[in-house]
Amino acid sequence: MAIKVRIPTPLQKLTNNQAEVESEGKNVKELIDNLESSFPGIKERLCDEAGKARKFINIYVNEEDIRFLQREDTALKDSDEVSIIPAIAGGA
Amino acid sequence: MGLRDDQIERYSRQILLPNIGGKGQEKILNSKVLIVGAGGLGSPCALYLACAGVGTIGIADADKVELNNLQRQIIHSTKEVGKPKVESAQERMVGINSDVKVVPYNMRLKSENILDIIKDYDIVVDGSDNFPTRYLVNDACVLAGKPLSHGGIFRFDGQAITILPKEGPCYRCLFPEPPPPGLVPSCQEAGILGAVAGVIGTIQANEVLKYILGLGDLLVGRLLVFNALNSSFRHVKVPKDPDCSICSDKPTITELIDYEEFCSLRKDKEE
Ligand SMILES: [Zn+2]
Repeated sequence: MAIKVRIPTPLQKLTNNQAEVESEGKNVKELIDNLESSFPGIKERLCDEAGKARKFINIYVNEEDIRFLQREDTALKDSDEVSIIPAIAGGA
Repeated sequence: MGLRDDQIERYSRQILLPNIGGKGQEKILNSKVLIVGAGGLGSPCALYLACAGVGTIGIADADKVELNNLQRQIIHSTKEVGKPKVESAQERMVGINSDVKVVPYNMRLKSENILDIIKDYDIVVDGSDNFPTRYLVNDACVLAGKPLSHGGIFRFDGQAITILPKEGPCYRCLFPEPPPPGLVPSCQEAGILGAVAGVIGTIQANEVLKYILGLGDLLVGRLLVFNALNSSFRHVKVPKDPDCSICSDKPTITELIDYEEFCSLRKDKEE
């Protein structure tokens, strides 16, 4: 059950500079926990203390924002692609 | 009004395009666009809009041109170092095309001045470099019902979305709140390749021209995500958030907010 996860630039320090990693999980919550065990520190960048996704970082399953699906309970299936997309402010 | 001969010549390559023609060119000449930021995104956007003949271009920026800007802020040149960016940008745009009336705003946009500035424009381009301005511009455009082309860059990543208040989602539907101060590196702390700013700023200019001309599909309800390292463009869906704090039926934000500035480098510079 391999899930491809796209890591945005600001979090790549935690993934040894990899822009894409593979992980697994039957839902987003499990996936985040598995990412955390491979790349310690990533969970607290994605979630607040209550385990809810932060308001300036979105998680997409394929092209869909999990906030409009079942949030952290959104189910994953083999070959789903998960993208982590943070708000970015640069422009100067 | 009709086009002058020199205008027919100047704009011939876009007048030739199907769906533009002389009528489309007149729409462009009659349009008014406000660009927030005369930097990495604002430079290419302003240049293309001036070349295309946008009749009025407002440009807002409080900074002066610095030597380290010239690696990416292609509207400015070496002899302009030390001058206000809006003056430098104005001279360059008018130098390219005297059909364009440029209105410089040598100031930072704040809750007390932004609504008064945007009211005169058809569409706003956000090319700013910090979260407080970005959320302020979004909220002001939602409250005023102004279309907004949003673009952002960070190192090798770029994002763009077009906001048509009421019709589609806003920036807060996408990211409800800015990160707390200090959590996300911003502005000069991060580093940027000039061409990445060029890609996103040019997409913003293209969105503005499509909006003015009523052509194609705008980036409404979908976020364009550019990755410069693998040269990929992807889209993700951006639904309208029924609980959005500014654009939903039951907004919790009813007046503009000046978020705290949190780029430490900028703070040092201003002090
Ligand atoms: Zn909204």
